[in-house]
Amino acid sequence: MTSFPMILTERMTAHPADSHLLDRYEATGGYETLRQALLSMKPEEIVEQVKAANIQGRGGAAFPAGIKWGFLAPIEPRYLVINGDESEPGTFKDRQLLERDPHQLIEGVVLTSFAIGANHAFIYIRGEYPKPARRVQQAVEAAYAKGYLGQNILGSGFDLDVMVHLGGGAYICGEETALLNSLEGLRGEPRLKPPFPAVEGLYAKPTIVNNVETISNIPWIVANGGDAYAAIGDVDSVGTRLFSLSGHVKKPGNVEVPMGLTWRELIYDIGGGIRDDNELKAWVPGGASAPWFVAEHLDTKVTKDDCAKAGSMLGSGAVIVMDETTNVVAAAHRIVKFFSHESCGQCTPCREGTTWLERILWRLLNRAGRPSDIDLLLDVCDGISPGLAWPPRMTTICPLGPSAVSPITSIMTHFREEVESMIPGLQEVASA
Amino acid sequence: MSVATVISDWSAPNQERARTLLEAYPERRSAAMPLLYLASLEHGHLTPAAMAQVAELTGLTSAQVQSVASFYTMYKRDHVGRYLISVCTSISCFLMGADDVLEAIEEETGTPDGTTSSDGTFSVEHVECIGACGGAPAVQVNYELVEGVAPERGATLCRWLRESSPEVVVTDEMQKYFGGVRSFDWGITETVGAIAPVPAFGPYGSTGEESA
Repeated sequence: MTSFPMILTERMTAHPADSHLLDRYEATGGYETLRQALLSMKPEEIVEQVKAANIQGRGGAAFPAGIKWGFLAPIEPRYLVINGDESEPGTFKDRQLLERDPHQLIEGVVLTSFAIGANHAFIYIRGEYPKPARRVQQAVEAAYAKGYLGQNILGSGFDLDVMVHLGGGAYICGEETALLNSLEGLRGEPRLKPPFPAVEGLYAKPTIVNNVETISNIPWIVANGGDAYAAIGDVDSVGTRLFSLSGHVKKPGNVEVPMGLTWRELIYDIGGGIRDDNELKAWVPGGASAPWFVAEHLDTKVTKDDCAKAGSMLGSGAVIVMDETTNVVAAAHRIVKFFSHESCGQCTPCREGTTWLERILWRLLNRAGRPSDIDLLLDVCDGISPGLAWPPRMTTICPLGPSAVSPITSIMTHFREEVESMIPGLQEVASA
Repeated sequence: MSVATVISDWSAPNQERARTLLEAYPERRSAAMPLLYLASLEHGHLTPAAMAQVAELTGLTSAQVQSVASFYTMYKRDHVGRYLISVCTSISCFLMGADDVLEAIEEETGTPDGTTSSDGTFSVEHVECIGACGGAPAVQVNYELVEGVAPERGATLCRWLRESSPEVVVTDEMQKYFGGVRSFDWGITETVGAIAPVPAFGPYGSTGEESA
């Protein structure tokens, strides 16, 4: 691995005791970029730097942030909403950024709000994250007291109010339009797009929704320039990224690495390999929604394009590792059960389909499967995600339904014999 | 109708918090979710009367507020025990043995998944991913996190809750005595925590400080 700057995690690594406090943030150069930018940059210059940085959104969809900002309708007021509803199974990177370096996020929020012309920003944090929310609230209050938030910030004439808002325990609110409905006091049901939030978002006003990690990168990008950011990492996927390693890996945790490593480097060198030196069976490369990879993909590069070509995605950056002892039907069932529980219920293919998939897998697990269940599973999958294509062809308002199909196509592609072995009468072979 | 009239049965600090929340958002209906947490704190859980109060305050209909309360899993419309034990059984925790943790906790508390103990001490629930996958298996008590919880330590945690009956549930304290592997270095030790089965967040009035 070539040397690279630790953009997101340097402060928390060097100063574990107080990286979340304003004094430490200022002592390590924090809010200097904001001061400089408010004095000497025009909003559109910041947008240009972020476009040049070519940073792909870190929430899951990997849409370039600068381009998203460029879609804003020329209407006021405008809003910035930070998506801290991190709920994709396997993902815990935003939690660390919120808890350990909240001022880095807040400086990014002010810079972004200035760039897009928003005077009101919301940080939406999932309800199950009270400690991260307390840290961010404490940081927001400290930033107000020091004049980094509020009226006439640092004498620039720019005003910004920031509010921390807690979710209520619904995965779907990580989908940006569901999040906006939730913030409006409604059920977290995704909206039909278009119109996109940049045109009609919060209270039907132009709104940018960006992930916590995405915005935490903005101070560095503005300080060092978009080109410097784009020079880190790989050709199509640039910068550093936080990956959350979990499951049967020796060293679970979040790691900040430049884009473009191989999966082998990420799982074996950085993750320390498989527990008890077991064999690797499979891994989920980008959160529960992502189709699984197996040993043959170890030398695939960890970039958006390389993973897409191999039939999966980097998603939310969650890498869930499964060793040889894993019952893949049980693992797939657990993931499908998640989507079944979290379906908002608006779209029939998702609401009914995820429920059926969960039930069929459950009876397979309980040795009550029928020989026809293999075809039935694939048929229900096809009803949610026609042709089982990657990326999926949409039958639903949001991608939750097709996400539930990923673990099933994964076990059918890579472990079909093992699945069949669980059905009495289909194969008189006990699963290993 | 004034805020004070609608929620005259709420404590004075929570009435003040409600007023602040209603004025903080560009549109007052956005205060619905925070107010539902405040209402849960006031009444122990979300009663039909409390939901009607939130509707009155936010300008939403009672049906809309009920639809919101029923959509999100953290709004409890039935009685909740003093300590809500949420055991993550999603994929990463599952791979690390979460089902055994849930079983040990059900056994220790005598409270099956999805129920509340008859003495009102515990509610036990399995939950979907709580973002603690690097410290799997993970458990929350009144939404305060403990990571790396082996089954027997999960049971010990519940025994400790029953016997010491802490007023404030503090994540760092529980992690120290009952936790194991963490998702990341937590940094400094804190003494703030939850005073009820509602997320402990200052503006929602649910945060307490552990006495030394």
